[in-house]
Amino acid sequence: MSRAVNASLIVIGGMAGTAVRASLEAWFPATAGQWPWATFWINISGSLLLGGLLETLAAFDDAGWPRSVRLGVGTGFFGGYTTYSSFSVETVALLRSGDWFGGIGYAVLSVGIGIAAALLAMVVVRRLRHAGEAT
Amino acid sequence: MIWIALGGGVGALVRYLLDTSVNAQSRRRWPKLGLPVGTVLINVTGSLLLGLFAGWLMFHTGDAPWKLAVGAGLLGGFTTFSTASVEAARLIIAGRWQAAAVHAVGMLTAGVGAAALGVWIAA
Repeated sequence: MSRAVNASLIVIGGMAGTAVRASLEAWFPATAGQWPWATFWINISGSLLLGGLLETLAAFDDAGWPRSVRLGVGTGFFGGYTTYSSFSVETVALLRSGDWFGGIGYAVLSVGIGIAAALLAMVVVRRLRHAGEAT
Repeated sequence: MIWIALGGGVGALVRYLLDTSVNAQSRRRWPKLGLPVGTVLINVTGSLLLGLFAGWLMFHTGDAPWKLAVGAGLLGGFTTFSTASVEAARLIIAGRWQAAAVHAVGMLTAGVGAAALGVWIAA
């Protein structure tokens, strides 16, 4: 697979993921000083789905179509769908508004639940794969 | 929406190129580190830039479509939360709890600190 095709897959995936995120943020806008629910659920669902996807692809060699899926859907779509910069700036906005409890809670819960979601998906996919190999 | 999406597509490509080269460099220079530093660098610089941009917007309000294309599109697509979670989860699965904690807490404090610095400089 040529470099140009891989680059195009990442751009197209990133465009689609960003469009989905921007639409969700527009439909469920966070008002000033409030918990940014849209970003929160976007980042957690993206962590869960990326964990499941990459663990599924781990059964294949990273070449050909599995590599295209990893770059287009993983790096492109889920990378563009989730965001760390908005998460950081939203945390700063909560802290600056004087809501220390909300700011620290938003930061710690996003990262903690995000990692737990990725871990859960990876462990489940691994179990399913091993169960499939055993039979 | 098309400009936001285009920004996100470009951001994702820049992220991929930077992540690949930074991780290759760090594996060569610090083979014992064993931490994926590419995503850390990307998320911290992206947070700094979005902080600067958000701070600047506080005094330059108005609805220009390019503002969302840069903030939500380019910088949103450049940084990533899902890869950060998966990288930490992989370290945990490998039994490297301490490395996972350093990776996640380090990225969080550096990212939020960089965003705060950006807002403080620009506002």
